[in-house]
This record gives sequence, C-alpha cells and structure tokens, in this order.
Amino acid sequence: MASKKEPIWIARDLSKCSGCRKCEVACSLFHEKRIWPEASRVRVFMLIPGVEFPHFCVQCEDYPCVQACPVKALFVSNKTGAVLVNNEACIGCEKCVEACPGRVPHMHPKENHILICDLCGGDPQCVKACQSGSWSVLRVISRGDHVYKLYARTPEEITRDLAVKIYGEKGGQFL
Amino acid sequence: MIFGYAGKFLEVDLSTKTFRDVRFEEEVLRDYVGGRGLAAKILWDRLGGRWENVDPLGPENILLFLTGPLTGFFPGGRICVSGKSPQSNGVVGSTVAGEFGIELKCAGYDGLIILGEAEKPVYLFVKDSDIEVRDASHIWGMDAKQTVATLTKECRELFGKRYPRKGLWKEPAILYIGPAGENYVRTAVVAAKWTHAAGYGGYGAVMGSKRLKAIAVKGTGPLPEVANLEKVKMLMQEVCNGAYENELWRRWGTGSGGYSFGAKTSSEPIRNWQEEWHDERSFGVDQFENRVWVKSYWGDFGCPTTCLKLAVVKSGKFKGAITDNPDYELQAYLGTNLGIFTPEENVYLASVIDDLGLCGIQTGNVLGFAAELFQRGILTAEDLDGLELRWGDAEAFALLARRIAYREGFGKILAEGTYRAALKIGKMKGMDVMPYAVQVKGIGVGAHGIRSGRDYPEIYSYACSVQGGDHTSVACMPIGDSRSELIIIFHDSGVYCHFNVFNIDSNVPFKFYEAVTGLELTKDMWVNTKALKILHLQRAMLLLGGPDFRWKPETHDDNPLRFYEPLPSGPFKGKAARKKYVDEEKRKYYKAVGWDKRGVPKSETLRRLGLEDVDEVLKKLR
Repeated sequence: MASKKEPIWIARDLSKCSGCRKCEVACSLFHEKRIWPEASRVRVFMLIPGVEFPHFCVQCEDYPCVQACPVKALFVSNKTGAVLVNNEACIGCEKCVEACPGRVPHMHPKENHILICDLCGGDPQCVKACQSGSWSVLRVISRGDHVYKLYARTPEEITRDLAVKIYGEKGGQFL
Repeated sequence: MIFGYAGKFLEVDLSTKTFRDVRFEEEVLRDYVGGRGLAAKILWDRLGGRWENVDPLGPENILLFLTGPLTGFFPGGRICVSGKSPQSNGVVGSTVAGEFGIELKCAGYDGLIILGEAEKPVYLFVKDSDIEVRDASHIWGMDAKQTVATLTKECRELFGKRYPRKGLWKEPAILYIGPAGENYVRTAVVAAKWTHAAGYGGYGAVMGSKRLKAIAVKGTGPLPEVANLEKVKMLMQEVCNGAYENELWRRWGTGSGGYSFGAKTSSEPIRNWQEEWHDERSFGVDQFENRVWVKSYWGDFGCPTTCLKLAVVKSGKFKGAITDNPDYELQAYLGTNLGIFTPEENVYLASVIDDLGLCGIQTGNVLGFAAELFQRGILTAEDLDGLELRWGDAEAFALLARRIAYREGFGKILAEGTYRAALKIGKMKGMDVMPYAVQVKGIGVGAHGIRSGRDYPEIYSYACSVQGGDHTSVACMPIGDSRSELIIIFHDSGVYCHFNVFNIDSNVPFKFYEAVTGLELTKDMWVNTKALKILHLQRAMLLLGGPDFRWKPETHDDNPLRFYEPLPSGPFKGKAARKKYVDEEKRKYYKAVGWDKRGVPKSETLRRLGLEDVDEVLKKLR
C-alpha cells in the first residue's frame, strides 16, 4: 500500500466482518510461515456467533504498552508507527497486556514473547486478505491526528456493542 | 507420517471416561483419506461383522468427528460427523462448517472416536492434550443459544484458570446438540454456531443417546506441516479467486434458489412436493436481503464465498427471531414445503428449528408429510393433540416442531423421521401412507426435485445414492462427473466445503491433496479405486442395515412414489419420472459401479478393490 503516506493506520468497520478469519491465515503465514490462528497478531473473536470481528493493535497515541514494558522490549517504529517487539528481550511478563485499554497483546502460544501487530512493515497482509474478498472490513489509511486509542477496547466491550447493533436491543443477552 | 495430518486421533470411551490416542497405518490414510472415507473404514472394521445388530442409538454405536488432510488448508473449513445412522441404518458422512476441525487439528488431533455412553449428561473438553469428560447437567435441556453462551463463558474461564496468563483467551470451537438430540429424535442435528448443522444422518440423536451434550475444543498449535507450502498458498489463492467470481453465491448464498428453483427449474418442494413450482415473487431472495438480513456476508474459517447471511425479523409478531440466510434448503423445507411464503415466517420457523437442534430439511420433510395427511383427512386434529395443521401456519408448525423435539404427544411418532413415522401411522390408520413420504432409505429427499429434469439430480440420483435422499451426495454418470458422489466423497473425506469448487478446474482438489500430503493422486486414480472402495463400504453397510429393518435394493433403490406423479402446475406441468426409464438408468449405474442386477456389490468388484472381507459378509445378501 505504498500509495498511503506513512505512518499508516488500519481503519476498521467491524460489523461487516464475515468471520472468515482470512486475516488470521494471512497474518500467521506471513509471520510464522504456518497457518496458526493462535499465533496470529490479529485474532478474530466470536464470543457470540455472528458477532465476529478482528481484534488487534490500534497504535494508541501515547503507547501505554511501550511505556509499561519493564525491559524496554517494546518500541515504536518510526516508519509505520507500529509497536515492535524485541522477542529476545521480552520476558513474557504481560505488563503490556495490563496496560493496554483493549487487552490486545497476547503471548505467543509456544514461545516466551508477546505478540503485537507490527503492520507487516507497512504492507499489512490481513488488509490484503480482507480486501481481496471485498469484505473491506480492514483498510489502510494514512495515520492522522485522531484519537485512535478510542478503538482500543476489550473483546467483551466490542461484542456487547456489536451484538446490539446486529441483533437488536436484546443482543447482549447472548454473551 | 503423511503431511497435512496432525498424526493421531483421540478415542474417548464415555462409559468408562477413559481415553487413548489412536494412530492409523499410513496405508489406511492413503486409501481412506479422512472424514467420510475414514469413517466408513473405521465403522466397517469395528462394527462390520455385526452391523445388523448394532442399534444406532445404543452404546455400541461409534460416533466419529473426523477432519481430513485438507481441513484448514482448502478454503472453507468443515468437520465430518459419522457413525451408524439412525435414519438410514447405513453410514452418512455428514459435514458441518465452522472452526471445529481447525481447532482440533491445532490441538494435535485429526479426529475424535467416541465410544460407549455416559451415565449422566457430559460434555467433552479438549484443550490441546488436556482432555476431560465434564459434567453437563447444568446445560442439559438448554437450547442452541443458551448452550453456546454457557459453554463459551465456562471454557474461557477454564482456560484462564488452568493456563493463567493476562492475555485474553479466545472462545473454543463448540459442537453441540439441542433438546431434540437429547431426546434422540431421529431428525436431530450435531450443530455449531447456532445455525450450522450436520443434518443428514441424524447424528444429533446418536450424540444424545450417548448423553454427550457438547464438545468444546481449543488447539493452540499450528495446523500440521504441509509437503509444499508455496504450492498450497498458490492453490488457496486459485480456489479463492474462483469463488470471488461467483457473485450469485457470494451475494445471495444458495438462497437465490428460493425463487429460481421454484419459478424457473420447477424443482422446489411445495406443500410436501404436491407441486414443485411457484411464482411468488415476494418470496424471492431480494426480499430476504432487504427485509431481514443484518449481515450480507457470513462464513467460516478460510472461506472466500461466505454464502451465509444473518437474518433477524425486525417487526411483527416474530420480531427478534434470528437465523442465517435462510439458505435455499430451509427456504424450501421450512417455507414453500409448508405453504409458507413470507421471509419473516420462514426466518421465525428456521430459528425455532435451530434452537431445538432439529434438522431443517428432515424436520421440514416430516412436518410437510404430516400436514398433507391432515389435508387429506387421514390425520385429524384429534390425532395431533388438538392441532389444526394447515398449510402456511408457521406457528402451528413451530408448535409441532417443539413436540417433535420433546417427543410429546403425536410428536413422538414424527420424531422417528418420515419413513418410520409413515410405517407407524400406516399401522395406526390401517392404510398405506408411504405414497406421501418423500424420502429415500430413511432420509428425506433434499429440496431438489427430479421431475422437471431441469435441476442437477438425475432420475436415479437419489435412488442409487449410498446416502439416500441426501442432496449433497447423489449418484451420477459418468461416475467421475463433478456431481457424482464419487467426487463428493473426496470433498467429504478431504473435509472442506465443496461450495468452493464450482469455479475451478475439477483437478484442483487433487492437486491440492498432493501439495498438502506429498502423495500422488489424480482424479482418475481416485474415482476408479479409492472412491469406489469407500462407496462399496457405505453400500455394504446400507444394505446390511438393521436392527429395525433392512432395505431391499429391488424395492428401495427407488424414488419416492410422489416423483412418479405428474407435476400438476408450472412450465413443466405433466412431467414425471417414468418407472421403466428409472429402472434402465439404475441398471446402467449398477454396472458402472460394479453391482449386480439386484444392486448388490459383485464379488469380483469387491475382490478387485481388495475388499475380500466385505465380500464374505455380503454373501448372505446374494
């Protein structure tokens, strides 16, 4: 997506998510060279059937996860604005998870380090997968001066809102 | 070790609450692949010698949940459920979409082999190698939505407790039964995600007879290694590109058929197949799209088509009812077949069926059967516990569906499925009601008629299929035709959604198999050897049948009698299947697959395929 001025942001329209999880497939194939949903940096939650959505880093303006890291294993990419993890330095303390307003980071299922979306160095594979099927839940845009942190919400919070949007006022009861 | 497989299967004995890992010889996996093929092999090896005496609803039946080597790789993930079918007394490879197969492989298992029966309701919990048979008394009796909500919450809490970490756990994949399965109703499904179902076969009843309410699985590993990752990625893209071009199914799902099969090809069941034509434009898919859809694309793991849609009734007395599309089959079976022609009533009835854990096709078939008997005065309101079962009355059908699921009153008879109910009602009324039963070998015929000759099944397709009325697997010639069940067996054994193959070359699935497993396989090799072996195992067990009855091929390799009645309306008015022509085609098919004139697999065919043991057992049928 070279046409977008860096740093970039992944705009998201969650209620349109089909739940196909192609973003998880693309992410894990890119980063792990395997199809590995639990090791994907973007995870599709389905706490209620029909209410699927991709859950991944929003790059908060103040990067609370980076600030919370006791060993400075997290840092911000100058180029893309993504949070990058130094896997060797990471001690798996999960302080970043606690600091994240959306509880987004999660541990690698087999290795002792945290997983956070790195925007694939500026060419996010999840977006390509989502666009290729024209679901377009995810879209790359240039990062501006917005309150991206508002998007950092827990899966439960997002589910509750989307369930009401999709199923009506009683949607939350399925949680 | 063959690439693409996790390498082991989990066998669970519910009677003793014990489990062990099972591994199959490479040769078995090469020949039977997985899913439907492997199910036939496992069932034959373990139960073949005493098949007629095995009660499908007894503890001796084996319930299988099998992935295949292509599960998770070929776009559109599914899992195959099988066992001795309480509908056909044979074997059905019944697949259901969702993430279950992927989670299972990521947990390190290619499948589950469930034996025995639990004393009290249980559910099976699988988190990688952490296996537990857990109490399910608190979820027994719950409907689909309650079951999924309760287990999702409970399992995520369990993950957190047993594997403490601060990062959040995703949900497990869950297969479950509703009240219908608990009450071993023969039209009960094994379900996933509220609306997805392994319907054909009636395995929800088998699960219920074992008191197994659900299975929840979470795998944290990767999918197994493949032989050629670059090739697999390329083929994945090829399949997806083909599917992306299929605008009809992407946009409307099979629901587009609700109008086209009714109005154009004239092959849709209407009022228990008394007609197959309607021109009711208000029941077209555009009305569903504009009135009830709240999500236009809904799908499962890796699927490029996402043919499902989410529907919610927004106003009126059925406000709040939720289901998927409904797809073509349910628009037909819970719509036109019951004289229902509004999206709202159709969605409502589908949601009731989902919640009860019933099969929309099989239950719609038996409801239509009962309604026709009521129309003809053979069944009265008195027989039906006071219910006036009139065409188009969605609430009456919903009430009767509940009585079926709970086996209440007359529902107890209909809970046996159309064929067995017809036998019982016939005895009760002292008359033959089989002419109104639109089924083949215990399985209600899918919503694709044969009389107009304009739909995909041939006039012998259901009659000769090893899965009876199952519209997803029909007999066709040439036997390597893409509609033929010998090809369908490959999709159901590789275990992926065969709705993603329509826009690709017919050799692609076999190339995909080679890229994943590293084993050579061409379409010809498949059709003429491996697929025939599986077909013959299924045919053998179907003919052996029992314990309540045995199919006679000369009688039961036939269409429902209704298909010999001329179509009374529409552009193909007057058309019907002709018995003589059906018999001729049937004999051609028997010859093509190597069965004798009566439809029993020939000794020489079985021996050529290396199925000497099957030949021995089938001697008693010759």
